[in-house]
Amino acid sequence: MIEQPDIQRPTETDGTTENRIKSLFSRKSERLLNIYFTAGFPHLDDTVTILRGLQQAGVDLVEIGMPYSDPVADGETIQKSNGRALENGMSIKKLFDQLVGCRTDSTGEPITVPILLMGYINPVLQYGVENFCRMCREVGVDGVILPDLPLDLFLDEYAETFRAYGILNVNLITPQTTDERIRLIDAESDGFIYMVSSASITGSVTGISDPMRAYFERIKAMNLRNPRLIGFGINNHETFDSACANANGAIVGSAFIRHLDDHGTSPESIQAFVDTIRA
Amino acid sequence: MQTTIEPTTSFEVSDKGFYGHFGGAFIPEMLYPNVEELRQNYLTITADPSFQAEFQQLLEDYVGRPTPLFLAKRLSETVGATIYLKREDLCHTGAHKINNTIGQILVAQRLGKKRIVAETGAGQHGVATATVCALMGLECIVYMGSVDMKRQQPNVDRMRMLGAKVVPATSGSQTLKDATNEAMRHWINNPVDTHYIIGSVVGPHPYPDMVARFQSVISQETRKQLFAKTGSENPDYVVACVGGGSNAAGAFFHYLNEPSVRLVAVEAAGHGVESGHSAATTALGKPGVLHGSRTILMQTEDGQVTEPYSISAGLDYPGIGPLHAHLFESGRGDFYAITDEDAMAAGFQLSKLEGIIPAIETAHALAALSHMNLKADDVVVVCLSGRGDKDLSTYSQYL
Repeated sequence: MIEQPDIQRPTETDGTTENRIKSLFSRKSERLLNIYFTAGFPHLDDTVTILRGLQQAGVDLVEIGMPYSDPVADGETIQKSNGRALENGMSIKKLFDQLVGCRTDSTGEPITVPILLMGYINPVLQYGVENFCRMCREVGVDGVILPDLPLDLFLDEYAETFRAYGILNVNLITPQTTDERIRLIDAESDGFIYMVSSASITGSVTGISDPMRAYFERIKAMNLRNPRLIGFGINNHETFDSACANANGAIVGSAFIRHLDDHGTSPESIQAFVDTIRA
Repeated sequence: MQTTIEPTTSFEVSDKGFYGHFGGAFIPEMLYPNVEELRQNYLTITADPSFQAEFQQLLEDYVGRPTPLFLAKRLSETVGATIYLKREDLCHTGAHKINNTIGQILVAQRLGKKRIVAETGAGQHGVATATVCALMGLECIVYMGSVDMKRQQPNVDRMRMLGAKVVPATSGSQTLKDATNEAMRHWINNPVDTHYIIGSVVGPHPYPDMVARFQSVISQETRKQLFAKTGSENPDYVVACVGGGSNAAGAFFHYLNEPSVRLVAVEAAGHGVESGHSAATTALGKPGVLHGSRTILMQTEDGQVTEPYSISAGLDYPGIGPLHAHLFESGRGDFYAITDEDAMAAGFQLSKLEGIIPAIETAHALAALSHMNLKADDVVVVCLSGRGDKDLSTYSQYL
């Protein structure tokens, strides 16, 4: 582990930056679009290009995938993008190197869109959790999604560090999550709740089924304190609309990865994709 | 012989599933309800007298337990110590794997599950799972790396004959690690009516503990049988091969708190520990998280899981069970790494000296005997985890 325990931790209240996710949700609560892409895909140095393209296209949040060799919660599309990104040489260290300065870039348009990093816990552990949080803060990452770090383990071992650096940890709920556990997740979340649309891995669902609608309505009726974004199976205007009717917005992943693969990373290509989702 | 699943020892798993620093349940929320359902119920279910009665009866009448503890005289003379072989190769289906699948299918039934999913490397666990599914009339889906399907074709055929659907895992190295990923994905997609029968002491809590308890029948029988033969329940060494580590966990279980018994775990060095083609996890790995638990893991500096290699399809897994990681870290276990070549030689040696063709996995454990500096009066129990019929095509290349 590469921890550096002697560093001076910032406090969340030191006022250097307001968390962009929190500030976003305080301004806007409807039809939020969060788009996922894998760092290092299609090419190693595409990260900031895609990030800038998504910002220009008007997405509300961006989720950057930290590629992993064994992404068990993801389907074939995202797994393949992870594999290609790793072949391209992507790593957490490289990703942070690419993100340094993106918030203050004087030559191009600075990145202001909230950024989340999504990935699996093992690469983060090897990078060192404290180092990871410090670098997130330094480059302007606002939150993380680590699907194989369950809430209880997060609270036991890592919550204090994340809090010290002001990095939000976004938790998932699924149709099988009990009301009691949803209440717990809501109480312990700060940012938004990631509603997995159905019992599935990413990219394996098409359309919004009746059981999914029933689940969306059940959660809506719980009046949670956190906003909710629906992910998995959101791949076109229709599914985006359905999600937005039942939550504060939606997350699109596999469909965008396929679009990048087929149509490239130009601002026009990214704008075209976002337009088809938002229509 | 009466077998009960007893509470364990100082190497007992904690409430949250940890053995020392290792274990836990690092799972996506999509799996939380399934794993939690199992965690809350497995001890109650397995302690129930009706479960125990059915489990016992199946172990005796179907699996063929107790398996013999055989004094291998000619091997003993060659090695220069007293070597006993715990004959798990004589279990129905040809390996220890069925001890666990019998236990888990009974748990799955009591949880009301209709479908079983499993992963398999060498195919032994897949065959054992397909067998108990046929026995109980449950649907069975087995994920197997497409590379492993080619090198273990007889087991693929056996699974299909038993009614299982064998699905090739085509991602990554197309071996056990990837089959495990695919089985976990299947479970994520089918959370309510499916039980995932994990075949080794790996995965999220409670799997490592549950599987170790089902396999503990091995050490429980060994103690009684050794006492009957030697007047002492305790050998000087218990030796077993470790991929994930289920036969080792079962062979060690009742000896974990007997410090006079050295526990010897044998990993696959492949072409050599430093060759870049190895599965010697404790030699090459460091702490990390894979398939739901924190353990020792072969990985790059960036935390990407490394593709392991062994001639034995059952040992080429990049991690080990968290109990074994704890045995390694605490020094309770001695870990050896045996090359393909040494293992093959040991497999031929046992065949010629004792008339027993061992699985190549087991041949790794046997090969460790010549590295252990044994004394003439040492008593050693080797867990003969499986038979070598499935490996004949590989053996024949070395004839």
